[in-house]
Amino acid sequence: MTSTAPRKKLTTSAMIASFADPGQRTTSAPFGHALNRLAEERPEVVGLSADLAKYTDMHVFRDAHPDRFFQMGMAEQTLLGAAAGMAEVGLVPFASTYSVFATRRAYDFLCLDIAEPGLNVNVVGALPGLTTGYGPSHQATEDLAILRGCPNLTIVDPCDSVDIEQAVPALAAAPGPTYLRLLRGAVPTVLDEYDYRFELGKAAELRTGRDVVLISTGLMTMRALQAAERLAADHVDVAVLHVPTIKPLDTEAILRAARTDRLLVTLENHSVVGGLAESVASTLAFAGVGNRVLPIALPDEFLAAGALPTLHDRYGLSTDAIVARVRTGLTDAAPTPRGPWAADPAPATA
Amino acid sequence: MTSLTAAQVPAGTDRRSERVERIRQAAYRIRRNALDMGEVQGQGYIGQALGVADVLAVVYTDQLRYRPDDPDWPDRDRFLLSIGHYAIAAYAAMAEAGIIPIEELETYGSDGSRLPMSAMASYTPGMEISGGSLGHGLGVATGMALGLRHLGNPARVFNLLSDGELDEGSTWEAAMSCAHHGLDNVTAIVDVNALQADGPTVGVLRTEPLTEKWRAFGWHAVRVDGNDVAALVAAFDEVREHRGSPSVVICDTRIGSGVPLLESREKAHFMRVDENEWQIARDQLEEGLAR
Ligand SMILES: Cc1ncc(C[n+]2csc(CCOP(=O)(O)OP(=O)(O)O)c2C)c(N)n1
Ligand SMILES: [Mg+2]
Repeated sequence: MTSTAPRKKLTTSAMIASFADPGQRTTSAPFGHALNRLAEERPEVVGLSADLAKYTDMHVFRDAHPDRFFQMGMAEQTLLGAAAGMAEVGLVPFASTYSVFATRRAYDFLCLDIAEPGLNVNVVGALPGLTTGYGPSHQATEDLAILRGCPNLTIVDPCDSVDIEQAVPALAAAPGPTYLRLLRGAVPTVLDEYDYRFELGKAAELRTGRDVVLISTGLMTMRALQAAERLAADHVDVAVLHVPTIKPLDTEAILRAARTDRLLVTLENHSVVGGLAESVASTLAFAGVGNRVLPIALPDEFLAAGALPTLHDRYGLSTDAIVARVRTGLTDAAPTPRGPWAADPAPATA
Repeated sequence: MTSLTAAQVPAGTDRRSERVERIRQAAYRIRRNALDMGEVQGQGYIGQALGVADVLAVVYTDQLRYRPDDPDWPDRDRFLLSIGHYAIAAYAAMAEAGIIPIEELETYGSDGSRLPMSAMASYTPGMEISGGSLGHGLGVATGMALGLRHLGNPARVFNLLSDGELDEGSTWEAAMSCAHHGLDNVTAIVDVNALQADGPTVGVLRTEPLTEKWRAFGWHAVRVDGNDVAALVAAFDEVREHRGSPSVVICDTRIGSGVPLLESREKAHFMRVDENEWQIARDQLEEGLAR
């Protein structure tokens, strides 16, 4: 190219990027294989995609059940409208695309064709949060914020392949509409090392601890467990509460976790606006519980393009970043005095 | 169907054959730029870039009015890349056009680069819109064309679409809008490489008959071999003169065009190329130019 010395930097490699750590145990296309197993038992299960079967692990189902797979082309609105139509006539569709397109392009169709009638349509969105370095067009950093406001909709943010495998039949069994934040390709396998089963609508305490409680969802649970391990080596005792179902939220488990003087940290692969942090904060506030919530989440901005490890570090989702954040959280966690409150600010008169 | 081929180009026009030869040389350099960039990532959208190189060579070196050192010049023609993943092709052409420095191409898709893998207006001078989510370009083009006409600005608006983008309802909403408003300052270019993410377009969502469809939507439609520079020049010259409705140049292109190694490979939306193959590809490209 030119004579200047090549500046070797990490590259986006967008379509094959993985958030799995090097050498981590993974399972290939857990969603596709789980859907195949489910299809053996339930003949009404069908699959649809919008020119992204290959990129949402739906190709595994397509290849095994070509007569039960429907290619809708790159037309996400029709994808969800047609999925609604199929459910109306008695089928149980799983419709896959990227999260950004399911939520941004096709939300009106998800909301009114699927959620309002309460149909059993299972929307599967790949690349949730920051799981691609491709830039804002593909980074679904606000999908939970959009969808949490949708009545009737069940929302699941799985941690790993174990979660996905167990969630798929549970989502089909749930009578109403669901949205799954899909992890695709070589998906880390983590939760089989814990005494854990996915239960729709239930949070699970994966680890107990006296100093800190990490309330986490999605792939951030994997990072939370790694961070807890690292902090334990420094004699910081960290609990991890995994919240795979974002809606309906297991508020009881969250309130139970909050009724201590531990540092309470939320972790999510999503914007700090409208996701787990605010769900937890409102749960506490609505119950009159006054804990401080330390949010580990993506900033309220359009994120950069780049290599995934670089971006996870930069935006605070890496294990290193979590450990650092919890440490500073512990040192500046001196509770702010509660009242007597300052006098009301002077009323704003024009 | 108006199909312009090289044979139909008026004979004896030396000026045109000189033009065609100059554009062919530019297309060669655009392809070479794209191969250099593809090597940085080791994989990706090189097939599309090679396929669309002739189209971009005509557009950037023969049709568009712009000032390379002033990408915000208000009177420039707008070129809207709605297919963000074609960024590799656009950067290759913009380097040829002097809009971005050749030396910068090696940063393609790397951390901190102004040349992200998916094109975004906020990163790259001369990139008019942020692509990546397909089916946005023609709607924005509609607004730019309406606005420019309203302001009395004679600049033209080009939008490069892929055949996959014709799946999106938004594309056809905008197509109707352009026709309704009689936007003859709009030129849509469709790269029909017959491929999309899940495989060949015919198997994913049938879009043919394309020329008839665009005409039914009120467009002046021309279909050409998108790897035939002379035919492309004739088509773009012809639509430039057309008045009263928007124009579309439907370009049938070959994935990997100019590099037999990649042309003959199984078509893939995201193509893998082995490390040792990049030099072979460059060599084949050079041999092709000599022919
Ligand atoms: C709205 C939207 N839906 C889906 C995608 C994912 N996607 C990226 S490229 C692509 C294929 C589109 O067809 P085309 O551009 O013709 O593909 P190519 O010729 O480059 O293989 C798809 C489905 C996207 N980027 N935007
Ligand atoms: Mg195509």
